[in-house]
Amino acid sequence: MLGMTQHITQLGQSVREGVSNTGRASRYLLRLLLGAFRAFGRPRLIVDQLHFVGNRSVAIIVVSGLFVGFVLGLQGYYTLRRYGAEQALGVLVALSLVRELGPVVTALLFAGRAGTSLTAEIGLMKAGEQLAAMEMMAVDPFQRVLAPRFAAVLLSMPLLAALFSAVGVLGGWLVGVPMIGVDDGAFWSQMQGGVDFVDDVLNGVVKSLVFGLTVGFVALLTGWDALPTPEGVARATTKTVVVSSLAVLGLDFLLTALMFGTR
Amino acid sequence: MDRKKTDGLVGLFVLAGVGAAVFLALRVANLGGVELGDAIEVRARFDNVGGLKPRAPVKSAGVTVGRVQSIGFDDKSYQAVVTLSLDRRFQFPKDTSAKILTSGLLGEQYLGLEPGGDSAMLEAGSTISMTQSAVVLENLISQFLYSKAADSAPSTGASGGPR
Repeated sequence: MLGMTQHITQLGQSVREGVSNTGRASRYLLRLLLGAFRAFGRPRLIVDQLHFVGNRSVAIIVVSGLFVGFVLGLQGYYTLRRYGAEQALGVLVALSLVRELGPVVTALLFAGRAGTSLTAEIGLMKAGEQLAAMEMMAVDPFQRVLAPRFAAVLLSMPLLAALFSAVGVLGGWLVGVPMIGVDDGAFWSQMQGGVDFVDDVLNGVVKSLVFGLTVGFVALLTGWDALPTPEGVARATTKTVVVSSLAVLGLDFLLTALMFGTR
Repeated sequence: MDRKKTDGLVGLFVLAGVGAAVFLALRVANLGGVELGDAIEVRARFDNVGGLKPRAPVKSAGVTVGRVQSIGFDDKSYQAVVTLSLDRRFQFPKDTSAKILTSGLLGEQYLGLEPGGDSAMLEAGSTISMTQSAVVLENLISQFLYSKAADSAPSTGASGGPR
């Protein structure tokens, strides 16, 4: 009987913890959004962070985009050729990149490349008591450290996703047109006929903004909450990758259902 | 790192990202290219639109002169009502006829316009009266089979009953 009561108590406690964690996370999200908005008053800090999370991610994004485009070109060609529709290679490559692969793969790479370093940086600042020192000097570490990073993540994700999609389309063109010999005019004209600016390109941008918000929020909050020990920082870094990747994939399903589901 | 160097690198990054977005808008989605400068809306009724879709091109002599705006259904005449926007630069006679055609064997369907000889021109809101519906594969096959059956019926009759 005692065991039963204990189980019920534990259940109640875990539910209460879950609810209060959700509330705390929403509070932090609001604070981060407000802080990011206010951080534009000090653009210097944002530019530094843009260099840190944006510029340093360009290489991995461009190379991955190119290879994803190559593979899409090859696979698409082999499948479309069965139906004699290899002219549609352009639409296939462009739509899959702009709608799905661009935002999603960029967000996953971004979580691995920039999200982890943000978490580790903030976790180590906490472990080294730099954040506490800032508070001692009456500097709000949330506004000084977290907010500019969040703003930089929000700004750089759509740019990186656009870069990924554009390079991917060029990669698909390189494989499709000069290498395999699909007609150049048909490749572009079918693409332009099949890709809509608002429905496809802008929806892709919206997706990448949402993913940027997710990855940035997860990375910063996990770093902020990290245990100030070497093990705690290591765990927090892993958690950032796992949680933000799963969140991005889950959100992608939701967004796709909302944006393209009824058509 | 040097302040100026950071600024320059970040500027390059932002420019590359914006350039990629412009490339996606102009080259991939053809924003601007599809937009018809000044368009008039014309309607056409079809018995069957087949696989015609909104945004499909409207072509005359193979040149795109407009786009299909929307496809509706009229429950009085049980016909499909296709609204198309035509570029105002091109004038078509009132007795222009519209056909639903297919580009290639499996390609996209589009609307073909064949100009007539009337001296009055199509205006905004007018209706194209002469239309030819899309070719439906099943109808084509059954037509073919019926005509085959009709061809072979007299010859089997002449040879003296069924085999």
